[in-house]
Amino acid sequence: MKSSYREAVRAGIRDALQRDPRVFLMGEDVGAYGGSFAVSLGLLEEFGPERIRDTPLSESGFVGAGIGAALGGMRPIVEIMTVNFSLLALDQIVNNAASLLHMSGGQFHVPLVIRMTTGAGRQLGAQHSHSLEGWYAHIPGLRILVPATLEDARGMLWTALEDPDPVLIFEHGSLYNVTGELDDGAGPVDIDTAAIRRPGGDVSLITYGGTLPAVLEAAEQLADAGVDAEVLDLRTLRPLDDDAILASVAKTRRSVVVDEGWRSGGISAELSARITENAFYELDAPVGRVCSAEVPIPYARHMEAAALPSVERIVAAAREVTGNGG
Amino acid sequence: MTGPLSPSLRPRDPGHGRHLLLQMLRVRRLEERCVELYSAAKIRGFLHVYIGEEAVAAGVLESLSADDTVVATYREHGHALLRGVPAGAILAEMYGRVEGCCRGRGGSMHLFDAATNFYGGNAIVAGGLPLAVGLALADKMSGRPHVTVCFFGEGAVAEGEFHESLNLAALWDLPILFCCENNLYAMGTALVRSESQTDLALKAASYEVSAWAVDGMDVLAVEQAARTAVDAVRSGAGPHFLEFRTYRFRAHSMFDPERYREKAEVVAWQARDPITLLRSSMEENGQLTADDWTQLQSEAESEVAAAVKFAESGTLEPVEDLTRFVYSERRAP
Ligand SMILES: Cc1ncc(C[n+]2csc(CCOP(=O)(O)OP(=O)(O)O)c2C)c(N)n1
Ligand SMILES: [Mg+2]
Repeated sequence: MKSSYREAVRAGIRDALQRDPRVFLMGEDVGAYGGSFAVSLGLLEEFGPERIRDTPLSESGFVGAGIGAALGGMRPIVEIMTVNFSLLALDQIVNNAASLLHMSGGQFHVPLVIRMTTGAGRQLGAQHSHSLEGWYAHIPGLRILVPATLEDARGMLWTALEDPDPVLIFEHGSLYNVTGELDDGAGPVDIDTAAIRRPGGDVSLITYGGTLPAVLEAAEQLADAGVDAEVLDLRTLRPLDDDAILASVAKTRRSVVVDEGWRSGGISAELSARITENAFYELDAPVGRVCSAEVPIPYARHMEAAALPSVERIVAAAREVTGNGG
Repeated sequence: MTGPLSPSLRPRDPGHGRHLLLQMLRVRRLEERCVELYSAAKIRGFLHVYIGEEAVAAGVLESLSADDTVVATYREHGHALLRGVPAGAILAEMYGRVEGCCRGRGGSMHLFDAATNFYGGNAIVAGGLPLAVGLALADKMSGRPHVTVCFFGEGAVAEGEFHESLNLAALWDLPILFCCENNLYAMGTALVRSESQTDLALKAASYEVSAWAVDGMDVLAVEQAARTAVDAVRSGAGPHFLEFRTYRFRAHSMFDPERYREKAEVVAWQARDPITLLRSSMEENGQLTADDWTQLQSEAESEVAAAVKFAESGTLEPVEDLTRFVYSERRAP
């Protein structure tokens, strides 16, 4: 069956609403408007306003309400329009959702899922384009999912809802219109492991979410130049699948991390550190990184493009670490 | 904004009066001991005592049933105790012992107890309000006839989370009672120095939340107002807000030199000590004998003594357990 990423997310939400009466979707404009990215379009008609619950512009209020509802036995899916707006709910996410279990000595777990869009590429300017999932991956107590494929867009949600702890799902805005084949019976997928999207022997290109398509394209170009790249899709930023990362690097001995977040203090730095700490003597080259320029994402098309990881920069970085200067 | 008038401090049933007196005394004695133990370095971190404000927790919690839910702040020892968390588990928590109600992970500001539906223990000013809204939402969506009671100080009223939460609660018609403990100060900032509108019930009413102010030093008035509000909430009348006018007799925390208020102001409020008020009125009305009072005192004191013993004999959680409870140990919900 043909599906867009958007439809795959929607199918995942519909699945969850049908399977479990405790599940409800809550957020700004998820109902009458149909979702700010049209993800929840049609769900209000199907499930009614109790379970497709429009909220006022109160990110802290409704994220906190989601935490409370989860504590009270519900299985809320809270949608935040974009990761930039989630900053207004940081208190609830970090101080409550992530901390309650530990702070209460194991008494109160928070089975909450928060979904939000992330990322640039649509000329939306700095306040709608940042990639802050790496920040959230800093926080113990949270699980951070970054679905890049239709299967994951559809299947991660259910597994996340079954998890007893808070899970944040980041949907890259540029993926919503990506279409492909999705099995009619596509169902839950694991949320613990990274996946090799293209096997290769010369260099590991490690990425996730919105940059996966560019990395796959870069791998094709590298193949033409005689470099056999392996593409590892992290799928989960916290906890990181160290085994898969190290296994890939042990095989290829070279790696480039591609991350739309900023380089300084970002998830790419964490990946680089882990590879260096654990596989230093197996490396044939320093870990390469392709990240966004250290600027608030600009509006102008050419400037935005210049700020983001591009196929060319990925190819160049891979050639550099493989000594294939081209 | 007009609510039930203050009844005179004369309990209809002397037994109930003595019970309320005991509840307030239990909190008072426990916290007086906490302060001593803090000075003796047995308790560390921040410690915020509720001395002077006991009538609020005592009166409000009296009006709840066991299935109801309570959310509180970092000044919550009294709420935890009166909700039914054992004094020993509270004190052991402050000692950082594994026998504490949160295994020593929380400390004074983060008391939690699943058995009594006590959801903290929140040290972010106003951070508990959205949580309480969600707990009430879950009750409503599941058709459970429970009430969520959320305590917070008047300082929280300046935070965005207060406004977001009152609006959500009213918009969704949730079974929640907001209990604002107006002790006139947020650390050193007097209410008049932080709010353009100091009538807090008026603020709540602007969200279509039924709201009124209550004398928070009169435990009977507190109880009566809380019962009225809780009954209304339980019967489906939507969220309610009570402003309890009270005062903290002690410093904000153990690190507060109290430069922001006059000693005379404290002394004036101490004349309305909620324990003394009820005690003397019951004595005048012949509802409390000297023996009764001695009896209540010794009951409260022996509870504290036992709690101290429990905490002192507590053990430390093994360091190997440090990273437990960051994630749940079982994955199925
Ligand atoms: C969000 C936030 N800002 C600041 C603080 C520091 N702080 C702790 S208690 C407090 C005063 C709160 O006053 P109030 O709400 O009136 O409660 P009270 O202490 O009087 O019971 C402040 C500012 C905090 N804990 N959380
Ligand atoms: Mg105050």
